[in-house]
Amino acid sequence: MTETLLFKDIDEPGLSTLGVYEGRGGYGALRKALQMGPEDVLSELEASALRGRGGAGFQMGKKVSFLPKGAIDKYLVCNADESEPGTFKDRELMQKIPHMLIEGIVIASYAAGASRSFIYIRGEYVLQADILDLALQEAREAGYIGEDILGSGHSLSLVVHRGAGAYICGEETGLLDSLEGKRGNPRLKPPFPANQGLYQGPTLINNVETLSTVPAIIEMGGAEYAKLGTETSTGTKLVSVSGHVRRPGNYEIVLGTSSREIIYGLAGGPPEGREVKCWFPGGSSSPVLTAADLDVPYDFDSMAKAGTMLGSGAIIVVDDSTPILDVAMKVAKFYRHESCGKCTPCREGTNWTVKMLERIDSGEATPMDLDIMASVQEHIIGNCLCVLGDAMAMPIGSMIAKFRGEFEAHMEAARLGAPAGVYAEAH
Amino acid sequence: MTTDPSFEQGARASGWDVPADLEKDPATVPGVGGSPSVPVPAELRTRIEAHMALYPDPKSAAIPALHAAQQLHGWCSPEAIEQAACVMGVTPAYLDSVATFYDMLDTEPVGRHAIYVCTNISCSLCGADDLYAAIRDAAGDDEEFNVRAFECLGACDIAPMASVDGVYVGPLSLDDVPRLLEEVRAGREVLAEKQLARRLVADPHANSREFPEHPVQSATTSAPAETHPANSGEEQP
Repeated sequence: MTETLLFKDIDEPGLSTLGVYEGRGGYGALRKALQMGPEDVLSELEASALRGRGGAGFQMGKKVSFLPKGAIDKYLVCNADESEPGTFKDRELMQKIPHMLIEGIVIASYAAGASRSFIYIRGEYVLQADILDLALQEAREAGYIGEDILGSGHSLSLVVHRGAGAYICGEETGLLDSLEGKRGNPRLKPPFPANQGLYQGPTLINNVETLSTVPAIIEMGGAEYAKLGTETSTGTKLVSVSGHVRRPGNYEIVLGTSSREIIYGLAGGPPEGREVKCWFPGGSSSPVLTAADLDVPYDFDSMAKAGTMLGSGAIIVVDDSTPILDVAMKVAKFYRHESCGKCTPCREGTNWTVKMLERIDSGEATPMDLDIMASVQEHIIGNCLCVLGDAMAMPIGSMIAKFRGEFEAHMEAARLGAPAGVYAEAH
Repeated sequence: MTTDPSFEQGARASGWDVPADLEKDPATVPGVGGSPSVPVPAELRTRIEAHMALYPDPKSAAIPALHAAQQLHGWCSPEAIEQAACVMGVTPAYLDSVATFYDMLDTEPVGRHAIYVCTNISCSLCGADDLYAAIRDAAGDDEEFNVRAFECLGACDIAPMASVDGVYVGPLSLDDVPRLLEEVRAGREVLAEKQLARRLVADPHANSREFPEHPVQSATTSAPAETHPANSGEEQP
């Protein structure tokens, strides 16, 4: 089933400019929302059951409703720090249709009663931030951002804030600290950002794709949107497929589509003569699945039932030519580099996991090391302020569980001094 | 797997094994409370002050201020940090703590042209480690270049890829490396036909009409070459 809400004619020339966007009905949803009133906008968002597209999958409408009511300074922060390995969907939206995001931000801020908003975009996305800056200027001149928007009495300021390269700033509280001009260290939760976020004020934080979906929900109605997808995973989702596939890229799917259809049907599957060995369904933080799981429907709950998570919707396919140790090593080294160092289990756990993987490769490891490594992962999960450590522990733990035989073969072959590259064939 | 200095220390929490200098004077804000002020170039001051005005708390401008100072000085040198601290009214140590946290802020002198090669999982599966080694070798000890293995740059659809002075190019093959460096040296547009800015979305259902040419973001400086011959023949996938 195909349905294009976000990607509709996305390569239309000039779509990143206000004129073309308005020409196809852009900012119509904002006009409609401003006439409905904030309560009705909120109930449409709740009716849509839209789940956050950044990774956690929390219902957006609920998140908005958690913000305290009343005349206090409230903030809306758009998380555009897309750094989860394998994810590149927000980049496409910001680059090609930035006004949809801005429109979504204005509508969401209206529902939440926020008067200041920020887009925290990762510093590496230079082109996308430049495009957003231009779009923002156009929106401001047209009166969609600023004082008394379209005569509704709602005012909103918006700033595009560029980060400077740190994975942890995609974590919502790390992002807030970074936006306040500090090192991006995560905070203790609770208090949650909805109560005490940016500058200690109530803050709504949403992902780019989530906010970009808001105009479509207002236009078609929340109940109508909820008819798409499955009962608990409504709507369409952008999926970034990468790794060993013939047509890597972004695809818009209806949630609940079979994973095989995405990996083989849309992305073309692995190259000629190769088979899927394992795949990450939701970025490198998600526990891996194998070829046996290809028929699992791609939605939040089916993925959770399969022992993994939909995460940011980034499928990374690994084919059978790659040793699992290489995959584990890349993942572990990444999280070791990105750990902010605040919590001991994460800082030390990521470091020791890398060291133990290196032992396997150098032939110094024993099968007992796999058990130790698995227990290290268990001791990280749930014991830190944020989930960065868990994000390494979950995939590494799943790799040890699912490819134990290959790890052992690698260990044995390395001990005997076999040349690199024979391990995958051995299994 | 990689010998890049940014990975050698392992974690982001660097400096834990460097002893504190107890002889040092306490940190002061330049120009406040009798501490000597630092001359700041007018243009830098204007830029930082413009950023500070955007936020309810001017401290939020720390990263933009450091970006601006880095652009002027080439790296976040002690001098650059002092100047930014003087404008922002914070201690240089505070900005130092920020600068050391982020990968794009350099606290050591680096080459003028930043080439970030993504070596994370998706790119690595497509041969990024060899690409990184090739670019490093080709750049040699040319001090113009700052070649770094970088974490996921969010462009796995063009893996293996690199960000060259902020411009995303890919998929790169080893044969592209000499031309890439040559074009950077000459100050020309880098691998025009391989720039991400000109790529159509992969989803075949996305576009109901044919858009044979990518809408070039002509208003931005990153993709100006509408007339580049390499840009004319791109078909929708």
